[in-house]
Amino acid sequence: MKETRLGEFEEVILLLVGILGEEAYAFKIAEEFEKQTGRAVSIGATHSTLDRLENKGFLKSEMGKATAERGGRRKRIFTITALGKRVLKESKDFKMALWEQYPAFAGKLNYEM
Amino acid sequence: MHKKNGHPPKLAQRLLLSFLREDLSDEVLGDLEEKFYKTSNRASLFKAKLNYWHQVVNYARPFAVRKLKSTPSNNIAMFQSYFKIGWRNVFKEKGYSLINIGGLAAGMAVAVLIGLWIYDELSFNKYHKNYDSIARVMYRASRNGETGHSDHMPFPLGQELAQSFQNDFEYVVMSTFTEGHIISNGDSKFTKLGNYMQPDAPKMLTLDMIGGTHEALKEMNSIMLSESFAKTLFGDEDPMNKVVKIDNKADAKITGLYKDLPKNSEFHEVAFIAPLDLYLASNDWLKRFVDVWNSGNIEILVQLAPHAKLDDVSRKIVNVIHDHVPEGDKVYNIQTFLHPMSKWHLYEEFKDGRNAGGQVRFVWLFGTIGIFVLLLACINFMNLSTARSERRAKEVGIRKAIGSFRSQLMSQFFSESLLVVILAFTCSIGIVWLALPWFNEIANKQIVMPWTSQLFWISCTAFVVLTGAIAGSYPALYLSSFQPVKVLKGAFRAGRFASVPRKVLVVMQFTVSVTLIIGTMIVFQQIQYTKNRPVGYSREGLIFLNMKTNEVHDHFDVVRNELIASGTVLEIAESNVSVVSTGSNNGGVEWRGKKPGYLDNFNMDWVSPEYGKAVGWQFTAGRDFSRAIANDKNGIVINESAVKYMGLDNPIGEVVRWENRDWTILGVVKDMVVGSPFQATRQRIYLPLGWPGNVVSLRLSPERSTHEALATIQSTFKQHVPGMPFDYYFADEQFAKKFNNEVRVGKLASVFATLAIFISCLGLFGLASFVAEQRTKEIGIRKIVGASVYNLWGMLSKDFVVLVLISCVIAIPLSYYYLNDWLQQYEYRTEISWWIFGVTVVGALLITLMTVSFQAIKAAMMNPVKSLRSE
Repeated sequence: MKETRLGEFEEVILLLVGILGEEAYAFKIAEEFEKQTGRAVSIGATHSTLDRLENKGFLKSEMGKATAERGGRRKRIFTITALGKRVLKESKDFKMALWEQYPAFAGKLNYEM
Repeated sequence: MHKKNGHPPKLAQRLLLSFLREDLSDEVLGDLEEKFYKTSNRASLFKAKLNYWHQVVNYARPFAVRKLKSTPSNNIAMFQSYFKIGWRNVFKEKGYSLINIGGLAAGMAVAVLIGLWIYDELSFNKYHKNYDSIARVMYRASRNGETGHSDHMPFPLGQELAQSFQNDFEYVVMSTFTEGHIISNGDSKFTKLGNYMQPDAPKMLTLDMIGGTHEALKEMNSIMLSESFAKTLFGDEDPMNKVVKIDNKADAKITGLYKDLPKNSEFHEVAFIAPLDLYLASNDWLKRFVDVWNSGNIEILVQLAPHAKLDDVSRKIVNVIHDHVPEGDKVYNIQTFLHPMSKWHLYEEFKDGRNAGGQVRFVWLFGTIGIFVLLLACINFMNLSTARSERRAKEVGIRKAIGSFRSQLMSQFFSESLLVVILAFTCSIGIVWLALPWFNEIANKQIVMPWTSQLFWISCTAFVVLTGAIAGSYPALYLSSFQPVKVLKGAFRAGRFASVPRKVLVVMQFTVSVTLIIGTMIVFQQIQYTKNRPVGYSREGLIFLNMKTNEVHDHFDVVRNELIASGTVLEIAESNVSVVSTGSNNGGVEWRGKKPGYLDNFNMDWVSPEYGKAVGWQFTAGRDFSRAIANDKNGIVINESAVKYMGLDNPIGEVVRWENRDWTILGVVKDMVVGSPFQATRQRIYLPLGWPGNVVSLRLSPERSTHEALATIQSTFKQHVPGMPFDYYFADEQFAKKFNNEVRVGKLASVFATLAIFISCLGLFGLASFVAEQRTKEIGIRKIVGASVYNLWGMLSKDFVVLVLISCVIAIPLSYYYLNDWLQQYEYRTEISWWIFGVTVVGALLITLMTVSFQAIKAAMMNPVKSLRSE
């Protein structure tokens, strides 16, 4: 479990990187996070998490294209690594396993209450 | 599209770039800009800017912050190393260090002592809790265009102030002047200083009661004693409610005991306080003045009401005496005013109607001296450090080459100087602690080391840091400015002008020292000159006693005959005041040739006919009083100043009128110095004494030893004057006391001058040895080509002699100016003689030569083979 431990915020960010695909750079991810969760987050905080996830090997990044609305500056595009995908899956499986042990929901694989 | 939406705030961008990792700058700035334009499109420009700031601040996270490459992460280790290097330097060059630390310690000790002294002076009278609101009532009056001052107030003024101005004063306390009285418990009798005061005094002065209360003076026959006096009088017994006798007349019950007042209180000598009413009851003379407005007999102290302002009250009461005096005295234009307690000690002098300073002069004088002596010590430190700079130049070069910043070198030298200052300060505290008893004796103080005072330690710390900063500033700024390349290449040579600041500092040092020496010598010259002043009587073998009872007067002939018959005493006489005090001043004397309307004033004493023989006065004309001639009861003797004052050509036989009586001038005597020997003598009249005198003077026979004579006199007195303790005073000793203040200043100044010259010489010694060492090779070569030891000595000493001569040239006019100014305060003063300057210059040169010669000759005697071989 130790290596795969993901915080809630980290997990969401990781998923968002997957969702955004080609557009996964700090600003966009932060925007998407706010849109999806309704919670405010600064670009710095997002960037910090992305950096951490990259250090753990769940993400990789490379510099992308420059666009006009960013003053001609390039962006860093993040993509999920194989390890990242596995960790996400493990996390999901682990939670599913927990759900199944919960008597009130056992058998009903229905997430909506 | 986004052009119209402005730009991200520049300042925020700059802030971001100041800490952001460089490799992140592109992407982060891009992200933030995108966010900015999006926000400004969606909301407003202001919101966008605000948000930009928010985002920037949120980037201050560990991952994004640039790592500082060269920040030393271990400051403590660095400082440890500084102190270690400093410590090693102290021990590597023991001689220099000794001179440095010793000189600095001496300078600091002087500064600390002076600081303690000044603190003591400034806190004078602060023991009394009502310090801020207590004042003494005084008046100024003018006579023939001159303004005089007095604190001798008319008796009825006390009641007038207490009643008509009751809203302005919390307390009004009338008091007698502090004087000696006999207090006796059975057979043990002591003459002690004390005051008779009104009952509010203990409350006003906030006496610290250890027995009884502040109400102790409410009863007429009561008395309060100081703790120490009660102990001498009663030993371990409880003195409360015991009865003592005052002046063998009045009985008084001890109703209060107060802790002795500290030495820096105006009342520190007061051993007892009794009610003023008791004085009135037992002393008839004062009763006559209870309603008299034009005679000053009493001291009046007041405490202002809480809301009252001193200046306002002073203005209110200005005419209170003037309005009450008889018509004839209105011409004096008497103005009453208050002199606050805070000024009693330091601003006690009055001149021409204004408060004219006083003791505060010494606070300034010694404060200045203290600062200068400390400065001298700091200069030493700077001089020696810079002189040694060439030796440490390599160290500086290497430190710089391996990456020291200049600021680091500066802090290195500052911490080194701080180390030395701390060492010196520790020594100086030791010196002060040892010197304090001796200093107290000279300065007549009771200063104790304020070990527990927070203020003391705070000011000491500030003092150490400040001295460290001053002393270390020059080396720190100078040494750290060396260029490493030059230094390491060996090309570093102090240029021709490198030694100029050093020379200026030496000149400064010697200017201060020489000024101090000249000053001290002139102070002593003035004292000696005044001591040699002819006093008009003979002091040696003259003793006097203060009479508190009438016993001697009542048995005068018996006592006189017995003493003279015993052969120990040549003459005995009564008088109103002693030969060392001025007594009273009176006006209203009429004589032939007096200008109409002239307001005269004479100093007067009343004497028995034997007085002249007893004190040994000298006649210039006429004759002495004689008991045999009955008409001498209407005769007077005047002094030479009085003859001049009255403008009499032939005074003998001249009749003057005073208090409705005619007085014939019998004789003229030389001026006797009875007041301050530094002032001109005043016109004085000696009148025949018609009542018991306050003082009995005795002329001892030179053929008997003083010891023997005193024993005889005491036994005679014991027989006839049992009510009085045998407290006698030698006239010469009492006269010498008049010089106390000047002698004190002279002694302190000479100590400081000696220290100043000592510190300066230490510095000179260090410099000379440095120069000699630097020129070792040169001296070696000179010797080989034939220079004699004498030549070399001259060469090495010349530089310093020139410097000292320059400082003499500066110091002489400077000291002349200040001391001439100082002498002006004395009416009887010496001329500043030129030999003083000559002696000082020669002395300074001699000291310089002696200091320098030791090193110079040592260097000159060295074997050139050795000095040239050494590398």
